[in-house]
Amino acid sequence: MTDTSATLVQGTLDMLILKTLAPEPLHGWGISQRIQQLSRGVFEVNPGSLFPAFRRLERAGLLECEWRTSENNRRAKYYSLTRAGRQKLRSETKEWERQVAAIARILQTAS
Amino acid sequence: MKEMWTNFWSGIRGLFGKRRAEQELDEELRDYLSKSSEEKMRAGMTREEAMRKARIEMGGVEVVKEKVRSVNWETHVETLWSDLRFGARLLRFNKVFAGAAILSLALGIGANTAIFQLLDAVRLRTLPVKNPQEIARIAIDQRHDASGDFTSRYSDLTYSMWVDILAQQRAFSSIFAWSPTQFNIAPSGEVQNVQGMWVSGQFFETLGVEAALGRVLSPADDTPGCASPGAVISYSFWQLEFGGERGVIGRTLTLDRQPFEIIGVTPASFHGVEVGRYFDVAIPLCSEPILTGEDSMLKNRSGWWLASMGRLKQGWNIERATAQLRAISAGIFEDTLPTDYNPEQKKKFLQYKLGAFSAGSGVSVLRSDYEQPLWLLLALAGAVLLIASANLANLLLARASAREKEMGMRMAVGASRWRLVRQLLAESLLLAGLGAVLGALLAHDLSRVLVASLSTKSEPLFVDLGMDWRVLGFTTALAALTCLLFGLAPALRATSVAPIEVLKEGARGTTGSRARFGMRRILVVSQIALSLALLVGALLFTRSLSKLASVDTGFRQTGILATDLDFSTLKLSDARRVSFAEELLERVRAIRGVDGAAIAEVVPLSGNGIGHDILMGVSSPPKTENPVAAFNIVSPGFFETMQTPIIAGRDFDQHDVAGSPLVAIVNETFARTIAKTGNPIGAMFRVRRLGTIIGTYEIVGLVKDTKYIDLRESPWGIVYTPTAQDAHPDTDAQILIRSNMPLAGLISDVKSVANAASPEMDVSFTVFHQMIEEGLLRDRLMARLSGFFGVLAVLLAVIGLYGVISYMVARRKSEIGIRMSLGADRASIIGLVLREALALLAIGLGIGLALAVAASSAAASLLFGLKAYDPATLGMAVAILAGIALAASYVPALRASRLDPVEALRHE
Repeated sequence: MTDTSATLVQGTLDMLILKTLAPEPLHGWGISQRIQQLSRGVFEVNPGSLFPAFRRLERAGLLECEWRTSENNRRAKYYSLTRAGRQKLRSETKEWERQVAAIARILQTAS
Repeated sequence: MKEMWTNFWSGIRGLFGKRRAEQELDEELRDYLSKSSEEKMRAGMTREEAMRKARIEMGGVEVVKEKVRSVNWETHVETLWSDLRFGARLLRFNKVFAGAAILSLALGIGANTAIFQLLDAVRLRTLPVKNPQEIARIAIDQRHDASGDFTSRYSDLTYSMWVDILAQQRAFSSIFAWSPTQFNIAPSGEVQNVQGMWVSGQFFETLGVEAALGRVLSPADDTPGCASPGAVISYSFWQLEFGGERGVIGRTLTLDRQPFEIIGVTPASFHGVEVGRYFDVAIPLCSEPILTGEDSMLKNRSGWWLASMGRLKQGWNIERATAQLRAISAGIFEDTLPTDYNPEQKKKFLQYKLGAFSAGSGVSVLRSDYEQPLWLLLALAGAVLLIASANLANLLLARASAREKEMGMRMAVGASRWRLVRQLLAESLLLAGLGAVLGALLAHDLSRVLVASLSTKSEPLFVDLGMDWRVLGFTTALAALTCLLFGLAPALRATSVAPIEVLKEGARGTTGSRARFGMRRILVVSQIALSLALLVGALLFTRSLSKLASVDTGFRQTGILATDLDFSTLKLSDARRVSFAEELLERVRAIRGVDGAAIAEVVPLSGNGIGHDILMGVSSPPKTENPVAAFNIVSPGFFETMQTPIIAGRDFDQHDVAGSPLVAIVNETFARTIAKTGNPIGAMFRVRRLGTIIGTYEIVGLVKDTKYIDLRESPWGIVYTPTAQDAHPDTDAQILIRSNMPLAGLISDVKSVANAASPEMDVSFTVFHQMIEEGLLRDRLMARLSGFFGVLAVLLAVIGLYGVISYMVARRKSEIGIRMSLGADRASIIGLVLREALALLAIGLGIGLALAVAASSAAASLLFGLKAYDPATLGMAVAILAGIALAASYVPALRASRLDPVEALRHE
């Protein structure tokens, strides 16, 4: 079970959550499953990191939430992106791609 | 940035509606768990297995909740609040400890804050005027050895200089001149002095001070030759003298027997431009001749009495203003050159250059006299606070060991160490906070007492003590600092336990660890060092004061009353003045109970003085540098009244009158350094005032050296001349009276004598030795306060040492028991304990000595007759502290030697 909770990865986790919510609103379990699916099992984020991250993003005004009935007819809290959230996702993605490209360049040339 | 803002508001909202948020979080997590278990059941697990696995994966619902909660910033506020409440409950159960701790903190923080408040008012604050940073002072840059009459606390400029500067300066949007003085507001009889100011017409408008009632002086009120000028009074004077009644405008006020119409009252916050003083009445410069007549400073080209300030023009700074002032300097000084200067003085005068100096915080003699002592006192008070904090830290360390089980248990159930440290710190914060609040209240009174103890009738002090942001910040910072000092170490120590160790049944705890004892040792050594330094300071200042107070002044100090009988209203001619003064003297001498009386132009140690150049012989030309002697004009009987021995020759007598050869009596220093002979009787010398030889004198008497202006001065050569031969007699007679009679009776007798001679006279009195003592105020303050701090510091440090030695004995009980059962006698046990104490003492004293020598060099200029590293004082301090400390350590040592070995060994 990988539970990475260093501050560096905290920023990455935030970005992943924003990304998974881009298409449609999801509840906590759904987000955790989606991240696992999309990353093909590389990332299994446990609730101890997820829920604090939700609260953080909510506090920063990047997520908003709504109580709805979910698949099993229970009340569940659904998170969705705010407009600020979408902007943040865009800028973070751009920054991430820039950094990845730079690292890739360095790794390629230094051999 | 926006994210932070949203975060902030969510937090505020989160403080309310907490319960609903908690419920929702709980529901959300349970929903997560159920979905997770459903997923696992779909994958084939049983219900129980699935739920268990889901729970394990989550890692504990409460833990997750805690993590989520800590994302909310307001949670930390809430935990702080509950920590404080918990701490308060704890303190309530330990009232004695809490009381002692808060009290000692309050005293320490209060003393520091009081001194800082004074420093803030004297040094740091700006004047309560519009844009004080634009205000600058105009004065001569580096004016040394100027000649002439200096009649004010701030004798920067002469009147003619002011007039020229006003016309020619370009750097200021407006400037003004002013001079502090005293006015007698009594219409007759005994003098009643109030604090006054001569101000030029631009004074109030330059500073931006508007009237609270009526109007303030304007340039139109200050035209040369003004006939019926108005006076502006201060708010405090208005309240005190007129009861604050609004009808005061238009009423008449007599200043030095001249009527002035009150035209306005200044606001309550304005006290003049001098920090440490206040003013009652301000009148325009043009009215000065009305009060001083022929002695007017306005036409005295060598009369230095004005200070000038101005508001810089927009965009101008000090450097630019100085440059402009320098440019006009040559012309101004040529124009205002005093005609009676000698050639050397003229040359020096023409080289003067004007400059601008920053004056946003006003000018202040108080500042220059007291700034250094105040900083020193702040350091002393700070050291005492440090020592008290160290004691508190030791106490808390002791309590920390008692709470180890509690801490261990809490860490075992999951509390992080940081969380526990935060809670312990909150308790210390509570102590420090309460101590600071109490201390701030104490400081309010302490600072007022401090100012009151420095204020005298002749030099009344006024300091606008207020609680501004700087003082508040100082108190808060001090509280936080002391909290960290005494709280952090015990908090860290208490929580640095392995839970398993303290939860063991019958555990001794880790109190036996050397590391913890080492911290207490370090604390006590630093306490000893600091208290030694403070003790050295206290001894230095006390000895300096006693040396100063017992200095041989050359004359009698007690039982002397100085009275000033002013008969200027009688408008007597020069010749008549001398005989009138002599008549007054005879009548005073005739008073029953008066043992001696004499007239003196200069009352010794009053801060006034006269100095002139001396040219020995009758014909030698003046050199470029001539010796300067101090002067006094006295009647016959002066030396007998003051009980100054006449060593050779004679006193003045009835033959020394106007018209007969000029005679003088000189003192030993004059004979030695100026006349350069052991017996100057019969020698002749000339006196040169500025550029003119005013007389040739024959020395007829030699007297013992006396103090002239100040107790600390090195000896002056003094020349005494007879009142009968005074070419410009004054319109007042200063009479020194020696008598053993009670003061009240003597004063009323003198008043009736004055009244009988003429009811128009102004009479004022000064008790001679009181005046001298007032000059020692600063030294007395330093001695008292440093003594108080020194004693307090030693007390605290010795208590600390006692605590540590007792603790050490308790810790080594079993060891002592073993030694005793193996045959060690009492003496060797006492020796064992005392050796420990001695070791700590020695290190502490060593560090303390180094500290004392380094620190006291800062105080060297305040000491009299002692060097900062005076070995006798250092030795005394070491002996005192060592003695008390060893005595304190003897008690636990004795207790250790009286231990029953069986008891000691049983108590593992």
